[in-house]
Amino acid sequence: MSKVLLQVEDLHTFFFTRKGVVKAVDGISFHVDEGETFGLVGESACGKTVTALSIIRLLPEPAGKVVEGKIILDGVNLLELDKNEMRRYRGSEISMILQDPMTSLNPVYTVGNQIAEAVRLHQGLRDEKVNEEVISALRLLQIPSPEVILGDYPFQLSGGMRQRVVGAIAMSCHPRLLIADEPTTALDATIQAQYMALFKDVQAKTNVSIIFITHDFGIVSSMCHRVAVMYAGKILETATTREIFKTPKHPYTSALMQSVPHLDQKGGRLYSIEGQPPSLLNLPAGCRFASRCPVVKPVCREEEPPEVQVSKGHFVSCWKVK
Amino acid sequence: MLSIMPKVEEKLEKRYTGGLSRRARITRNLTLIIPATILALMVIVAIFANLSWLGLPNIGLAPHDPTTGVITDRFLPPSFMEGGKSEYLLGTDRLGRDVLSRVIYGTRVSLSISLLVIFITAFIGTVLGIISGYLGGRIDGFLMRATDMALSFPGILLALLLAVSLGPSYWTVVLALSILGWAPYTRMVRGEALKLSEADFVAQARIIGTPPIRIMVRHIFPNVINSLVIMMTLSVGMIILMESTLSYLGVGITAPTASWGNMVADGRSYLDTAWWIAAFPGIAIGLVVMSGNFLGDWLRDRLDPRLRQV
Repeated sequence: MSKVLLQVEDLHTFFFTRKGVVKAVDGISFHVDEGETFGLVGESACGKTVTALSIIRLLPEPAGKVVEGKIILDGVNLLELDKNEMRRYRGSEISMILQDPMTSLNPVYTVGNQIAEAVRLHQGLRDEKVNEEVISALRLLQIPSPEVILGDYPFQLSGGMRQRVVGAIAMSCHPRLLIADEPTTALDATIQAQYMALFKDVQAKTNVSIIFITHDFGIVSSMCHRVAVMYAGKILETATTREIFKTPKHPYTSALMQSVPHLDQKGGRLYSIEGQPPSLLNLPAGCRFASRCPVVKPVCREEEPPEVQVSKGHFVSCWKVK
Repeated sequence: MLSIMPKVEEKLEKRYTGGLSRRARITRNLTLIIPATILALMVIVAIFANLSWLGLPNIGLAPHDPTTGVITDRFLPPSFMEGGKSEYLLGTDRLGRDVLSRVIYGTRVSLSISLLVIFITAFIGTVLGIISGYLGGRIDGFLMRATDMALSFPGILLALLLAVSLGPSYWTVVLALSILGWAPYTRMVRGEALKLSEADFVAQARIIGTPPIRIMVRHIFPNVINSLVIMMTLSVGMIILMESTLSYLGVGITAPTASWGNMVADGRSYLDTAWWIAAFPGIAIGLVVMSGNFLGDWLRDRLDPRLRQV
């Protein structure tokens, strides 16, 4: 059993808007072990990104706020750190990769310059040392001829190469936790596969823990050790990847899996879940998935299901499961 | 067929790998060469109008004293026109002062005032604009209301007030033009900074723990420069004209001292009989404004890494 690196407990992140309180994340708990890849899966607007931003504490203030909960990274509650302490954590302890590589690099600086910024900020190194670190970061992400690439401007690189550079920036100060927010969504399928293989390689070399945010179960199966399925601000099911594919317990999990197209399935319409997720402004009583659930029972509309452990490390919140 | 292939390839290579033909390179650089030459000449002329700063007040480019005229030689047309005297190349004004000498001396005043005012206002405007746009919140609200006030305040009135309390002088003009001139820059830069603060690369900078000041200086500012430079070059003309307005109202550069603005103001009443009094300083203003705009374009191209490559 490996050591727990990140422990999120009962996290509530709300957005206070003119229309009312948006409960983007409404009481979720999970943990990430050292060297583990933890998948956070769900459709858009279910709170995946907000969870990530809460952890790295970059919620759009003053609207977004963590109202309750704990985020403990190796014994330190991140929510109790002051601004400067948190800033020192960013980059060196926690880092993040954004979705769109086309816009996440500053157009006016060379690649080397942008990686060097992170290195200078956190490691206080001299120029030649900085250069070494930059090149080793580029090497880690398997960027060909790093000495040449570091003099290039972002617009001279392809999307896949840019996303590797973004990865190199994120990894340049050897963080222990890396949050990847749909890093492959903007890439095409072949590059996606390459990028994921790269991630595994980086993890094997650095033992970094990764929170992988995605809506694609295909990616989950190839990347993640454990998965949490999120829906409307709640985690509905948590399990190891193997287990969740073999015995999905929550009707939403199975529905999500069915909606992934398979090569061996010919003909017929692709399965899709009826209806829309509930508005986070005005959540219904009971289970959040009740209105779209194929196996809904009267109790589902009245009371929220408790989290039940079905087997070791496999938790489900559903009335169907006993 | 085969023999022409290398030629085509060579042409394509030239076109797409950045090997521009000589003609293309020269025309591209004309937007630098022409305005840079004009401005350089003007600066040289301004410096060498006379050499009093070397202790040689009688040697210089200006053929006459700009402030004393020969009253019998008033309203003489330029020397190339009928009735002109060869010693007054561009004619004389209503007091018989040499127009050429006055334009030359006016360069000192007009160029230095506009450069000074542009740098002061652009600096203040950029600093306030970036702070306002990036930090947002209450600071933004306060700075924007201050900007609104500055923009809605009648500048001439304030200048008059300043002139009355401080007395008309060179520095009064600089102060009067700067005191409200930062507001348009602040407004523009704030808009850009606001847009940039939402950009992914700024988020990325925050993710790696970059402190706010560093983000403003390193990530916001360089991406604002383009618009800033364009606005600075465009305001050259406006400032020279405002200086002339102030001079016209008697609160700017006062009588015998020549500035392009007060020369145009002076010559306005004689446009139908002695056009040269207003026309030559007017041409000088036009040349500076045009050079400023060309230079701004060229600079914008240089600052954009995308265009720098070709």
